[in-house]
This record gives sequence, C-alpha cells and structure tokens, in this order.
Amino acid sequence: MDVIASLFSNLALGFETAVSFQNLTYCFIGVFVGTLVGVLPGIGPLAAIAMLLPATFNLPPVGALIMLAGIYYGTQYGGSTTSILVNLPGESASVVTCIDGYQMAKNGRAGPALAIAAVGSFFAGTVGTILIAVAGPPLAEMALKFGAPEYFSLMCMGLIASAVLASGSMLKAISMIFLGLLFGIVGTDVNSGMSRFTFGMSGLADGLSFVVVAMGLFGFSEILSNLEKGQDKASRELLTNKIEHLYPTLHDIKICMGPIMRGTAIGAFFGTLPGAGPTISAFSSYALEKKMAKRPEEFGTGAIQGVAGPESANNAAAQCAFIPTLTLGIPGSGTMALMLGALTIQGIAPGPQVMTQRPELFWGLIASMWIGNAMLVILNLPLIGLWVKLLQVPYRMLFPAILVFMGIGVYSVNNLDLDIYMTVFFGLMGYIFNKVRCEPAPLILAFVLGPLMEENLRRALLISRGDPTVFFTRPISAAFLIATILLLIVMIMPNIRKKRDQAYQE
Amino acid sequence: MKIKSQEDFWAGAMFVGFGLLAIFMAQDYPFGSTSRMGPGYFPTWLGIIMACLGAALCLQGLRTEGAKLGKWAFKPMVLLSLGFVIFGWAIDHLGFVIATAALIILGAGAGTEFKWKEVIIMTIVLIIGSWALFIYGLELPYPLFWWR
Repeated sequence: MDVIASLFSNLALGFETAVSFQNLTYCFIGVFVGTLVGVLPGIGPLAAIAMLLPATFNLPPVGALIMLAGIYYGTQYGGSTTSILVNLPGESASVVTCIDGYQMAKNGRAGPALAIAAVGSFFAGTVGTILIAVAGPPLAEMALKFGAPEYFSLMCMGLIASAVLASGSMLKAISMIFLGLLFGIVGTDVNSGMSRFTFGMSGLADGLSFVVVAMGLFGFSEILSNLEKGQDKASRELLTNKIEHLYPTLHDIKICMGPIMRGTAIGAFFGTLPGAGPTISAFSSYALEKKMAKRPEEFGTGAIQGVAGPESANNAAAQCAFIPTLTLGIPGSGTMALMLGALTIQGIAPGPQVMTQRPELFWGLIASMWIGNAMLVILNLPLIGLWVKLLQVPYRMLFPAILVFMGIGVYSVNNLDLDIYMTVFFGLMGYIFNKVRCEPAPLILAFVLGPLMEENLRRALLISRGDPTVFFTRPISAAFLIATILLLIVMIMPNIRKKRDQAYQE
Repeated sequence: MKIKSQEDFWAGAMFVGFGLLAIFMAQDYPFGSTSRMGPGYFPTWLGIIMACLGAALCLQGLRTEGAKLGKWAFKPMVLLSLGFVIFGWAIDHLGFVIATAALIILGAGAGTEFKWKEVIIMTIVLIIGSWALFIYGLELPYPLFWWR
C-alpha cells in the first residue's frame, strides 16, 4: 500500500511541476519543433536534439529537460509521418513503418495509418511513463549500492548490447566501440591532470564536446551522404491527395489492439536494456506480428498491424530508455547521452541521487513525458497538412538552412571556433564510416561512457589491489558480465545470426 | 594478394591505424600498474585491442567477397568543409552576417543545382530568420559585422 501511496504523491508532485503554464509551453514548443525537425529528411532525433540544445541553455533545469524530452518524442513521431507519407524514414527506428505504412498510403489509407501510429504511440507512451514511475525508485535504490565493479560491468553489457543489436558486421561495431572509448578519453585525465590526445590544442583540454561529435557524425555526414545520392531526384512521391479519411475503422482498431500491446511490451523490454533501443524493438515487433497474423501474406501490402506494432514498440522503447538514464546515470543511447549532457550543463550530476535530491525534477519530467505524448496526438492529427507542405520543400533549399542551424548550434555551446573545425573533422569521419559501412551509434555511446568506464575500472582495480577477479566475485557485477558473455555467444552462433539478418532484411 | 571486400579491408585498416596511433601516443603517458593505473594504461589497452580487431577485419576483407567502396562525393566534401571552416573563423572576425552568408552560399554550391537568384534570396531570408531567432530571440552575443 505504501508503495502505491508514495507513487501517487510522487506523480502528483510531478504533475504539479509539469502543469505550470510555463512548463506546458516548453513542452508544446519542444513537441512542435521536434516534429517539425523530425519531418525533415535526414535529421534524426540525435542531430535534432544536438541542434536545439543551445536553445535550452537559458531555461531553468526542469523547463529545459521538459523541452528536450518533447523534442525527442516529436522527432520520433515526425519520422513515422514521413515513413508513411513519402516512404522516407527520418531515422532508423521508423524504417519498418515504411513497409506497410507507405503501402497503406498508396491504397488511400494514409489517414488511418497515421492515426493508428499516433494512438499506438500514445498507449505505449502511457505504459512507459507508468513503468518509469513504478520501476524508477527501487532501481535507483539498488543503484545506490553499486560500486565501481558493478558500474563497469553494467557499462560493458550496455556497450556489447549496442554492438550486438546494431545492424551489419559485429566485428565493425565492436571496433567502433573501442574507437568511441578512445575519443571519449581525449582531454585532461582527472587523476593525473595529464593532457591526453589533445595534439597540443588547449581547446581540447576539457575533452571533445558531445555536441561536436554528434553533430559531425549524424548531421554533417548525413548531408554529405544525401548530396552524394542527389536526393532531390530520389523517390519523394507525395501522396497528398489521398488523405481523406483520417479515422481508422472499428475493425482496424480491433485487429490493432493485440499488436499495440505486444509492441509496447517488446519496446519496454528493449528500451530498458541499456544499449538496445527503438530500432531493434520495431524490427522485433514487426517480425512477431507477421508470425501472429492470421493472414501474414497481407504484410508488405498495407497491413495495419504492421504499422501499429512497430510504432508502439519504438515509442515504448524511446520512453523506457529514460529508465537506465535517470536511475543509474548510464545513458542507453546517444540521444539519452545528450539528455544527460543537458543535465550536466544545468549543473545537475546525473545518477540515482537525482531522484531524492531533486524530486520535482525527476517527477516533473515523468509527468511531462505523458503530457508530451498526449500533445503529440492532439497536435499531429490536425497538423498533418502542414507537415505535408513542409515535405514539398526541395532538399536544395532545405540543407543550407540545416547547415546554418548546425553551425550556430555548435558554435553557441562554447563560442569556440575549434568546435566548428572539429565538427568538420567528425563529419568527414562519419562520411568515411558510412562508406566502409560502420554504424556510428555504438561509437557515440562508447564516447560518452569512455571516461566513466576508465574511472570505474581504475577504482575497481584499486580497491581489489589489481585483482581482476573482483568483477566476477561480486554477484551483481558477475550477473552483468555473464549476460554480456551470453549476448556475445548468442550472436556468434550462426543460425541465430542468420535470423537476425533476416529480421533486418524484412 | 587481392582485396576481396574493400569495405571490410579499409574499415580494418582504419581501426589498425587509429589503434597504432593510440598506442604510440600513449607511450608518453605513465603506464602505471593494474592496481594503480596511470593515464597511459587504459588508452594503451584500447589501442591494442582495436588494432587486433582491425587486423581481423582486414583479413576478412582479403578472404571473403564483399562490396566495393562507392564513389566519393568530393565536391560536397570540400565545399561543406570549407563553408564550415570559414563560418567558424569569420563569425568572430567578420561578424555573423558574412559568416552565415559564406556558409549558405558555399553549402548551396555543394548541391546538384545552383541558381544564383534562388541562393541570394535564400541567403537573405536565412540570415534574417536566424538573426531573429538566435541573436534577437535567444540573445546570443555575436556581432553582426566586424565593427562592434
């Protein structure tokens, strides 16, 4: 009983914080701008948040986080809109939505597809919010007992998970992790005060800035890839004339109930796991629904379940990704790392203590997540016409605007020209990664965890006097490491690997 | 020996290169011991493991058939980089307006189509828009021109 009572009082505190006029406005701006940017081709959530981060510097901490969370959901949802309408996924998680969503739009059912995506996302968002509220406090309590070995093992698990669940070669993904860890420790070593890998540049003494790396790898390089393809000529057939009936039929809703609930469960699972995320959730949900369907042959020709399931799954995962981030202070993805970065900029040290020291921040954020999800539904259905208009802007007029936003966004973090030059460096790196087919997502996660990992490894081995078995003799740490090893073994087994590749191909 | 998969081979070569560079540079930092790690300990190990993984990738590229590297977009690479570098330098030396204009015009030049009239209108609109949003709205302290 106590648990439930404290849950309600916590949520009440949260809503009290979030429902102030000011915070509602921040939430609205975040969701609106997020969707706007998410609809634009070639900007994923990560680049969008990085671009808009400077706009939140002057806000109070709660407001800044609420706005960033709104941007995050908005970009996620914006990606789904473009997948359905123009067959252009804004980000990897909505690739699956393209398959049946675009077919539905071709059949003149774009309206129901968009509506069911919104409803599914809202349901998943609601469940995700409740889950964070319920699971947050006990997890944070547990995390307070974590020592250095536990943190180190947990981070190992997250990193390996991100490599295993990424698409493409696992060897490349693991190499990218090591490269990311190296980029992460550039700068002054906290223990010895020694500058490492700075090439004598004083601007690098504080390390590489996250915004710079993210913007280069995900923004700059993306534009290069798009220009290489000559995207103006790419298939951007708009299906505008066909959005007539917005609302799904009763039959649609009936057959989507199951997929939405199963998708939510899958998303909640993968989202909570650090390193996994929306993309793998969406793919798994699609594969599952195809198996469960009475008529699987309909998948690929516009089955509404193929939109409902993955959309719910990716939103649930996006939501639950906040669980490890907020309770353990360990970001599960690049986007979450940016949220943590925003916390740090606001002067709050992320970790389990946030919940007890700044309850209004934690619960306010949770309440605003739900409000943000509700706003998305209300905002998006009537505004679809506007998003469609935006899609008609040719890319050659779009990307210079994106360049300006990126430039100012990067420069405004430190007012340092070196940051701009480094963005160019990482942009070109990102383009090369793209060429040799190395996914940057594991790298960026490792980049954030680099200094934390070194610190915890150092501390763990200092306490154990150099005895590495300490990672296996402490039960929680051992559990994380065994899970990591299992993940690796499972992925190396050839038949499971084949299945994974199949899932990605579908 | 022939490279069968250019993608894998060059990815591997890149990791070997970064790994060796890390090991080489980390020699300047005290290594310490396992119980008392110095600043060189972690990067050296990262470099060693990464170089090994990269070597494995190279071997894989020599053995198994795979994709070739596609064409490189040299023009956009040069023009976008140049645009950014000029922007970064000019925003403090020549002011916001010229820095932004240089970025937009060089950036637009990287595209497939370039129409002067369109680019000039776009430049003016974008400068006014970003001035309104960032300098007027968010109060970022950048001078508009080189005089202050």
